[in-house]
Amino acid sequence: MDIGPIWRAMLRNKAGFILIALQMAVTLTILVNAFGIIQENSRKITEDSGIDEANTFTLASVLYTDYEREQRMALIDEDLDLIRNVPGVVNATASNSFPLRQGGWSMGLALEPGNQTAESVSTAIYFVDEHGLETFDVSLVEGESFLPEQITWDDPETNTWPAYGIITEELARQLFPDETVSYVGKTVFINDNDPVSIVGVIDKLQSPWPNWSAVVERSMLVPQRRASEFVRYIIRTEPGMRDQLMPDIEAALAASNKDRIIRDVMTMDETRKLAYVGDSALIKILSFVVLLLTIITGLGIVGLASFNVSRRTRQIGIRRALGATKPAIVRYFLIENTIVSAIGLVLGGGLAIALNIAMVEAFAVEPLAWWVIPIGMLILWLVGQIAVAGPARRASNITPAIAARSS
Amino acid sequence: MLRYYLKLGFLSIRANPALSALMVAAIAIGIGACMTIVTVRHVMADNPIEHKNDRLFHVQVDNWNPNDPYREPNEPPEQVTYLDATALLEAGRAYRQVISFKSDRVVQPDDEEILPFQELVRATSADFFAMFDVPFKYGSGWDAEADRAEERVAVLSKAMNERLYGGEDSTGRMLMMNNEPYRITGVLDEWRPVPKFYDLNNNPYEDPEAIYAPFSLAVTGQWGSSGNNSCWKPPEEGGYEGYLASECIWIQMWVELPTASDREAYTQFLDDYVTEQKALGRFPRPMNNRLSTPEEWMINQEVVDDMVSVLLSLSILFLVVCLLNTIGLLLAKVIRRRNDISLRRALGASRAELFKQYIVEAGMIGAAGGLAGIGMTWLGLRGIENVFSDYDFISYLVTMDWQMVGLAVLLAIVSALGAALYPTWRACSVSPATTLRIQ
Repeated sequence: MDIGPIWRAMLRNKAGFILIALQMAVTLTILVNAFGIIQENSRKITEDSGIDEANTFTLASVLYTDYEREQRMALIDEDLDLIRNVPGVVNATASNSFPLRQGGWSMGLALEPGNQTAESVSTAIYFVDEHGLETFDVSLVEGESFLPEQITWDDPETNTWPAYGIITEELARQLFPDETVSYVGKTVFINDNDPVSIVGVIDKLQSPWPNWSAVVERSMLVPQRRASEFVRYIIRTEPGMRDQLMPDIEAALAASNKDRIIRDVMTMDETRKLAYVGDSALIKILSFVVLLLTIITGLGIVGLASFNVSRRTRQIGIRRALGATKPAIVRYFLIENTIVSAIGLVLGGGLAIALNIAMVEAFAVEPLAWWVIPIGMLILWLVGQIAVAGPARRASNITPAIAARSS
Repeated sequence: MLRYYLKLGFLSIRANPALSALMVAAIAIGIGACMTIVTVRHVMADNPIEHKNDRLFHVQVDNWNPNDPYREPNEPPEQVTYLDATALLEAGRAYRQVISFKSDRVVQPDDEEILPFQELVRATSADFFAMFDVPFKYGSGWDAEADRAEERVAVLSKAMNERLYGGEDSTGRMLMMNNEPYRITGVLDEWRPVPKFYDLNNNPYEDPEAIYAPFSLAVTGQWGSSGNNSCWKPPEEGGYEGYLASECIWIQMWVELPTASDREAYTQFLDDYVTEQKALGRFPRPMNNRLSTPEEWMINQEVVDDMVSVLLSLSILFLVVCLLNTIGLLLAKVIRRRNDISLRRALGASRAELFKQYIVEAGMIGAAGGLAGIGMTWLGLRGIENVFSDYDFISYLVTMDWQMVGLAVLLAIVSALGAALYPTWRACSVSPATTLRIQ
């Protein structure tokens, strides 16, 4: 069928078509930008934290009675002994924080001693003992785990930083972008002037902050035990044992010492869920918006097409009388809709890119992948075709006799 | 005439129930989507201390790293050091001054049935309650004398008083925290500022602390801060004393300055203070003190999440789609009624009268859409509450006030009238003769 006559017929009644085209343009703009955000967030919330999440849980011990330092150290030792001796526990460690906890300790690392500068690389700090690596389920890609003699208790009188560290591969790359052979044995400076010798590099360990604007995989394990009143225990169990062991260990710890409380008993699954509440909510909201919007646009097209059909009843009857087949009538409406869609979607593609550029500049939103806009166009074109199909079929059922009958 | 037009409009709406329903639904959904986000944003960006916005000031002084600002481009640190907080409090140059921080303590209830539990306690100087207009149900706060004497006193929130003492007047009773007894001097009435303007660290929408105790006492008791602690250089000495003497920031400071001249004098005082400290070898950066009103401070701290703004722009576009939809449908309706219109024109109806008639009809659709839109907004807010149900503060962000209800109706009517303009103009431009001729 010739597009020419359809196009000329459309020009005689522009307003309705312009409105549909505009509606499709704005719909595409929302659709692809919403999809871009959904995609970005989905990627974020499914990111692997590096630890054995399915079999790990955490809890905090809060001492509220005045204890001497030696007593606090003894309590931590007792607690860890108790936990590690429970059958089904793979390993456990005391630390200040853990991945996805949304609270922790960060420090700046520099290649030269002296005050931090803008070039310093910030990293999450996890204080661990020699059980840390197995508890966190991280594997060394290079170097060694901490030796028992490298693990020390913190000294309240001085602030000197432990001289050894194990860092993630990602952090190593950030610190030494030109290094290609080995990171082990290199020295970085922390706390301004304290040297830290890198003894090992691990594959992956997220920081406690899932929304950290810096890279989430910048973490450093520090071989230090801290005799504080507030201690977090990270406990890794045999597969399938976690849910059974959680209440037992909580009760055993609570019973073992009444001068403290046990709180924040949480599986890593719960921690993860809490860490990404906002992101997963946004996915749900935007998915709903996209769905609703597509329906509204589809209904609008159905409404307008129905009107066009009823308005042109006579004209269609004449065409049928003059020999146009039913499929030819259907095709007429489908082609008409394709033309409107094409105009609207090209305009919408431009708008979508413009909005995306604006959002990338103003907010922390990633640029769209190249294929999102073409896919969005294809989907909306299909929605338009489906929406117009019903009215078009009704139009094709108009009998040639109508031409003679009406007015 | 208006009543007649209302009747005509009603008839016309009823004549095309599916089409009319589609238009009302489109407006309602568009308004609902838009108003849901607008409402959440409205609450998030609210200023709960607006009536004192011109006299309260958040204090910042720049003691940071000479090589690297606290935050680009040249933002002073968000909190102050212990050294500066106590020196400025001691100087007492403002009408009221508050230095405070939050800390985790363990509460040991008298009732043996209730296990000890950890709670956030705000360690603050005495002016906190008067300065932020915190309402009391029983008793009162403590005074500056109690601050100096490091009296072991505490104020409870209403909810904490209910939890511990069943809501009765507990002033004078002893509260055990970390094995130390505190005399309760007062119980707050309901107080839930959204956002929590006086301390925006960590989560600006969390509950205010449930217990308040003197700052001086907390420091003597070596309480650590459970909020943000940042250091640009390590403390020179170890332990708590070393931390107090360090350049680490962890204390929120506010002052009340009733008049412009007070403000000027205080600005000068801060400058003098920093100059003096520079002479002692502190404050290596250029002078960069700042006093911010609660509103300025909340904007500076970006309490409204970026994502809310992204959603707001998308929801406005969503409303645009719904309106384009409505324009298209109205236009279709008008075109269909051409005969009707030209007949009325031929019988002497002026264009102005026709315009009125169709605008009234559009207004009715707008009003219906607006009312349904309020319902949609309510649904939208329930949806938001549902997907954020893991946040215990979410219920405070999804409440609609009358201002928002009014805005929803207004937006709906303006949208519907705006959408009706072009189709109505098209209707009025139908000439009396054309359609009659076809007949």
